[in-house]
Amino acid sequence: MDARDTAIINQLQGGFPITERPYAEVAKTLEITEKELIERLENLLAKGILSRFGPMYHAERLGGGLTLAALHVADEGFDRVAEQVNRFPEVAHNYQREHHLNMWFVLATETPARIDEVLAEIEQKTGCRVYNVPKIEEFFVGLRFEL
Amino acid sequence: MNTVIDTTDRRIIAATQGGLPLTLRPYAMVAAQLGLDAGDVMARMQRMLDSGAIRRIGAVPNHYALGFKGNGMSVWDVSDDAIKEAGQTIGALDFVSHCYHRPRHLPTWPYNLFAMVHGRDRAEVDEKVRHIAAILGVNDRGHEVLFSTRILKKTGLRIGPNRP
Repeated sequence: MDARDTAIINQLQGGFPITERPYAEVAKTLEITEKELIERLENLLAKGILSRFGPMYHAERLGGGLTLAALHVADEGFDRVAEQVNRFPEVAHNYQREHHLNMWFVLATETPARIDEVLAEIEQKTGCRVYNVPKIEEFFVGLRFEL
Repeated sequence: MNTVIDTTDRRIIAATQGGLPLTLRPYAMVAAQLGLDAGDVMARMQRMLDSGAIRRIGAVPNHYALGFKGNGMSVWDVSDDAIKEAGQTIGALDFVSHCYHRPRHLPTWPYNLFAMVHGRDRAEVDEKVRHIAAILGVNDRGHEVLFSTRILKKTGLRIGPNRP
């Protein structure tokens, strides 16, 4: 990563135009060519420095269900339970965390009603109690990594 | 609050949630894939952006790859009377990426305020958590930081194209 990559990442965390030639517009701001911008983005994505580039949709505003939930899983069965949980296509992210509640996953479903059904299925499959912590209020989502 | 979106919007969502094409005319390419007019795709995406159905269009850095290796989910027990103000204050801090009010599960889980804190290492996260504790003062009735030790799955949200 060089200074131009850094400038691209900083610039593109703030937004991207919806116009016929959006890369050309951003490239102009960065004082590089449209072609170079696209090539550098391809490279940053290929290297995994960017995990995505594109629109971030707001699942709940689109009518879907979303929640965060946690399990306490015994160490010896951890990988097996992780596999069981991950097999649900509704599980979007799953993290191991250092705590008594050591598995935390985000569930995104087609409808809000589906959340409780999937959580019940996860409880049944894993034999672990599910602690469901859906958001009551969102104060902030976003973050800019200033590089 | 839900945004009114139709079947065509859903097709656009399905086509773009994995990413925007890296071509000179990305919206025209999406339109061509879906048999739509480029102007229509842009107008629909602009409307979804204005209504909040699209949070933003842009780059999502992998914070691990960028050297932000400390990622702690800080969780706080704040009295219900104080949670709104506390959440707004903590959510406004520049090192907090997500801040939510969530339910407790007593006695196992007494925490109702979640703030994801990012730093270059654990020590930096711990320092930022102390900063939050200082801001909350007496409203901090207890807190913990849950560091992630492994990503078990990360596919991102997937929204189906055919839901009514």
